[in-house]
Amino acid sequence: MVNARVTTARGLARATGAISRLTRRGGGTTLPGHVFRRLAPDGLSQLAMELTEGIVAISATNGKTTTAAMLAAIVGHDQMVCRNGAGANLLSGITTALVTRRRAATIGVLEVDEAALPAVSQQLAPTVLVLGNLFRDQLDRHGELELVADRWRVLVVTLDPATTLVLGADDPVIDGLAGLRVNVLRFGIDDPRASLTVQDAAADSTFCVRCGTAYVYDEMYLGHLGAYRCPRGDHQRGALDIVARHVRGDGIRGTRFRLDAPDGTSEVVLPLPGLYNVENALGAIAAAYALGIPTALAAARLADFHAAFGRFERIVVGDREAVLLLFKNPTGANEALRAIANDVAGAQIVLALNDRIADGRDVSWIWDIDLEGMLDTAAHVTCSGTRAAELAVRLHYSNLAVTTMTTTTSTLDAFDAAIVRAPPGGRVFVLATYTAMLDLHRALADRGLTQPFWEEQA
Amino acid sequence: MTLRIVPLYPELLSIYADRGNVRVLQQRARWRGISVEVTPLALGEALDPAQTDVVLIGGGQDRDQALVAEALVAQTPALRSAIADGVPILAVCGGYQLLGHRYVDQSGRDTPGTGLIDFESHAGPTRIVGNVVVETEFDGTRHELVGFENHAGRTLLGPTVAPLGRVIIGGGNDGTGTTEGCLDGRVVGTYVHGPLLPKNPWLADQLLAWACEHRGLSTTLAPLDDQLECAAALAASALARSERR
Ligand SMILES: [Zn+2]
Repeated sequence: MVNARVTTARGLARATGAISRLTRRGGGTTLPGHVFRRLAPDGLSQLAMELTEGIVAISATNGKTTTAAMLAAIVGHDQMVCRNGAGANLLSGITTALVTRRRAATIGVLEVDEAALPAVSQQLAPTVLVLGNLFRDQLDRHGELELVADRWRVLVVTLDPATTLVLGADDPVIDGLAGLRVNVLRFGIDDPRASLTVQDAAADSTFCVRCGTAYVYDEMYLGHLGAYRCPRGDHQRGALDIVARHVRGDGIRGTRFRLDAPDGTSEVVLPLPGLYNVENALGAIAAAYALGIPTALAAARLADFHAAFGRFERIVVGDREAVLLLFKNPTGANEALRAIANDVAGAQIVLALNDRIADGRDVSWIWDIDLEGMLDTAAHVTCSGTRAAELAVRLHYSNLAVTTMTTTTSTLDAFDAAIVRAPPGGRVFVLATYTAMLDLHRALADRGLTQPFWEEQA
Repeated sequence: MTLRIVPLYPELLSIYADRGNVRVLQQRARWRGISVEVTPLALGEALDPAQTDVVLIGGGQDRDQALVAEALVAQTPALRSAIADGVPILAVCGGYQLLGHRYVDQSGRDTPGTGLIDFESHAGPTRIVGNVVVETEFDGTRHELVGFENHAGRTLLGPTVAPLGRVIIGGGNDGTGTTEGCLDGRVVGTYVHGPLLPKNPWLADQLLAWACEHRGLSTTLAPLDDQLECAAALAASALARSERR
């Protein structure tokens, strides 16, 4: 039961959140959590116990926000869901979500930062823990990939045996966690036609987690995700429980695939493009299955899923359309570029690269994006953000004609210019890093073109 | 006559987008009509100094350092003969450390390097992370190097080895903000990535000129329009100077 001190702390913390929203200062996605933790440092585990139907914690370098949004869409038909906002995924943001949850919410669907996961998981004691993938991302903030992987190994070993562990088996490092415990569900793609013909330059973990020998990939989907086996025979992708087969893409309109699960087969029509969204959908369906929701029902509910903040969000501006895509690392950027590839011709492209802490201070990674040839048919490309000039150099070395490229720091200015430049019925694609997308989104919300970001939590 | 760029073990040594350095060298040669080929050296292969005009060694994950070190140390005689022939080498981060005698990590494990240059490195208590500005001089001309550093290693140069430059913003070789990198003949070692060459085209051209000389090509490189590169360097330098580190 929640004690009096925790109740008082929650009351005060909620009040600061309300004030923060009224004054529109940052949406209050982390402040109540800070206040609560100051007043009741160990109160989070008590708040977590109030979610009587359980908590699903989701972590991954790529796709945790979308996976959480998908799972909330699946679960939300029957239950009130407590969620944290995209990006507010450290201890403070998660605490805020629990502090400010609606009273009727009985289930938690929370995305958790990779580095924060061990501490968060210990306090939340999740019913289901989804670990999707680990990519090289913002090294200056998290330390190297292997360090996070080591922490996750310790976490998995010490996890409550009652927790169902849902693993993205296409990632060798994640699959390697399966051997450390029982009560595991693996999800992945099994489709030779979805395989890349050339290896992604962004591939990170292509060496055996047991002996260090290079894996042989029978299929490689994105980055280092695929069907792999160690030639020395000590590790290969485990048997998949929740599987996507016969994946068919339809540009930015979406993707279809056949879902094979322990409780039957169904067809999934996903209104989001790209293989990484197939991975996200599988993670959400697997988590739902672990909660007792039939996979056919989960699949049906994904058919009218709406994109989360900056994840293929479509915005109508007069008779033009803007499509917002978040990019934060080479793998995500490569997938986004592949997904729009058939629609780039004649389109306006706005790229935005910021180097604030939430974006990663080090922008080296733009050189690991497979940009070559991807934007050559665009009508115009604008580079924006705090590091706009570096993007322009990157595009120059991809042989993009300089005549079709301009540079400006303000992403909103770049957006407006692109809308004006687009012909009636034309399309603007915005690919932006996290804080650049946040700023743009806020400005567009002020104009009433989209919902303010923090309202998504409600 | 084809210029050959040889990145060493790119599948293990490209953590800080080191392929950006490769691409910049390749493009700047192509734009000048110089025939150029990139032939990466894979683990287990032997470096052929006669077929090498510029060597690039990038940074890797800590866990791969021992694996790479072993392979690289085995190439020491070939690298030494390439250096003697005037082949330039650019080594960044982990690759830079392997040019020295040894790298001692946090747990005290000692990984031997190639010992091609007289220095050694050991892991410090913290990572040195942030934007970097370095002042350096080549052939009497003053240049500014801009980029990003992210390293736990502290590198101590031997008494006869010159640093690549003097730190204006950043931690540099040992975190004290004094010297950065090493420059020994045509061997350039540095902690600066970003990657290094896109924002520092003058250094890319210096490496290209040396490579051309080794291949017997003219070392007078046609000028390129470097407006975008210079704008990016200026912006990065201004950003670094505006921060407190
Ligand atoms: Zn193995």
